[in-house]
Amino acid sequence: MLFNTILPYLLSGVSVGGQYALIAIGYTMVYGILRLINFAHGDVFMVAGILMVYISASGLPLYVSIPVVLIATAAIGFLIERVAYKPLRTAPRMSVMISAIGVSYALQNLVLYITGGLNQFYPTIPFISQSITIGGASTKMVTVVTPILTVVLMVALVLLINHTKIGMAMRAVSKDFETSSLMGIKINNVISATFVIGSFLAGVGSLLYFTNYTTVIQTSGAMPGLKAFVAAVFGGIGSIPGAVVGAFIIGICESIIKGLDIILFKLGLSKQMMGLATFSDAFTFALLIVILIVKPTGLFGEKTTDKV
Amino acid sequence: MMKKIVAILLAMMMLLPAIALGENVVKIGVFEPASGDSGAGGKQEMLGMQYANKICPTVEIGGETYNVELVYADNGSSADKAPSAAQQLVSEGVSVVLGSYGSGVSIAASPIFAQAGIPAIGVTCTNPQVTAGNTHYFRICFLDPFQGTVLANYAFKELGATTAYCLAELGNDYDVGLVHYFKQAFEALGGMVISETFPSGTSDFTSYLTNASMMEAGVFFCPVSIAYSTQIINQAAAMNAGYAILGSDTLDSNKVVEAATGTNLNILVSTFYQEGGNPEFDAGFKAWMNEDAEALTNNGGNDMIAAVSVMGYDAYFVALEALKAAGTTDSKKVNEVLWNVTFDGVSGAIAFDAVNGDAVRDTAYIKSVDTANAAWNFVAVQSVE
Repeated sequence: MLFNTILPYLLSGVSVGGQYALIAIGYTMVYGILRLINFAHGDVFMVAGILMVYISASGLPLYVSIPVVLIATAAIGFLIERVAYKPLRTAPRMSVMISAIGVSYALQNLVLYITGGLNQFYPTIPFISQSITIGGASTKMVTVVTPILTVVLMVALVLLINHTKIGMAMRAVSKDFETSSLMGIKINNVISATFVIGSFLAGVGSLLYFTNYTTVIQTSGAMPGLKAFVAAVFGGIGSIPGAVVGAFIIGICESIIKGLDIILFKLGLSKQMMGLATFSDAFTFALLIVILIVKPTGLFGEKTTDKV
Repeated sequence: MMKKIVAILLAMMMLLPAIALGENVVKIGVFEPASGDSGAGGKQEMLGMQYANKICPTVEIGGETYNVELVYADNGSSADKAPSAAQQLVSEGVSVVLGSYGSGVSIAASPIFAQAGIPAIGVTCTNPQVTAGNTHYFRICFLDPFQGTVLANYAFKELGATTAYCLAELGNDYDVGLVHYFKQAFEALGGMVISETFPSGTSDFTSYLTNASMMEAGVFFCPVSIAYSTQIINQAAAMNAGYAILGSDTLDSNKVVEAATGTNLNILVSTFYQEGGNPEFDAGFKAWMNEDAEALTNNGGNDMIAAVSVMGYDAYFVALEALKAAGTTDSKKVNEVLWNVTFDGVSGAIAFDAVNGDAVRDTAYIKSVDTANAAWNFVAVQSVE
């Protein structure tokens, strides 16, 4: 009884969590290396969605349009870094952050201009749009695919960081910017690689997200971006597994809170509706505050020791 | 000092052409959302006005012929952007305002129009608060207490639902108000209502849809913006929802039809006009849209007639009637005469009551989505005794 009642909420929570995770990885990687909260990341995710709408409307088959979208998204991430962040490398960190906010608004308004502010319908991607039934709850295939793909990508990324040359360079740069450049690491290339990987994952996330929630508008990236940011902080910003775990926890909690009234009612624990569903977002952000107070470095965050 | 004088002179010169050409122009403000969650609906409502303006571009005021100019302001579907859009229309010096699609934005902008002494004609804003307690806001459509009751009656008596699940956007006056009236009426009939709200920007509705099926609801009532309703329909289809989805006038959109096509959902909406009600108008309007690529895009890519376009069309003519009766373009005079304006529109006869300036209307149309043929099916004309 308990399981059957909670299962549909768990399913949607895991799926939402997986999508947050793919965005959160981008936040956490950039922060790890540049100590920058890339506020434009949520909008890169949204732009990937819009690109898919326009590219598939031009009549290209899916096996062409999907790779094109992913490559274009990675290229956009690369360009943003080159244009808006690189010239500010030596500027105070606050300037870069303001620049990131500027990029975020620029992207949103560009899309507003192109789409005219109307919802665009995302194309249907066959296989992952199918309906399937799990334990009596029916849902889209993407719900199952998302968490699996997220974990696979996360493992691949961790392997890349721990066992390749570029990964080693990334770790070095995140430890100490100046020393690693003295050691002959091409800092700009490493940073570009970070943005390319982060944006690529945001692109993958947008494929999964918009297959589930089929309309794209210029503000579509704002909420998922914010939630993913919370997830990244929750898991310990800078840590990739942390971001993924944080995202899943937030996705599942959110989904269960939306159904908490009904769950309690079904289990006979409450006699009337309390309107708890309204608080699902409030919960997410309250969680952020609590984490920042209790454990400022997050679940998997490293303790920072200030060097003198 | 010299610079300032030059600047002022230059600024005045820019005004000159306006004065020179503007001797016989009357401005009608179009206060509609062109972007945001209700952008699609706002654009369709504007289409009706644009078509009306094309059919009848001039008006006789006090023995002289005036050209009618539509002045647009985008209220962005949000109550915090609405006042500045309203202010924009006030500074343009419009004689009367039409709009908006969506009640929340109309309520937010109302004080600005009141201060400037400009009357406004609500086209499809159905919340009672838009016109309650003021003398400058009128409306040509039915109200939510009526619409909510009609829908509740239909759900209880025709669909045979005893439990209804209602979902509204948090802080949206239109949604929350309509759910309130629906709930009142449905509970009075002896049904049970569960109502929940979701925060703006939500895209995952699966939990709410699950809630409804857990409670074995017979009907899922969601009088939300088009943007949310298409999401809800998509996700309900993926979940094989067993209940009927009931919507209000906002769901009467070809985007909803598009989202529902090919699914096995039962979607019903209440609305102001049923295509075919006035074949002459339908044919003319379709021909106009098919000639103008931009109009067709604004209508969502096909020539299906939205009820809000018809309402926009009627509102334009009501405004012209008011201008004729006033015999001047002075907004205060227009406001005075509006109370007694009547017009026989495409959507029915329009007259205002003497209390709030609300339209006297007692019928709503119910239609359902024909999911096989991507069209609307006419279901019933409903009125409340």
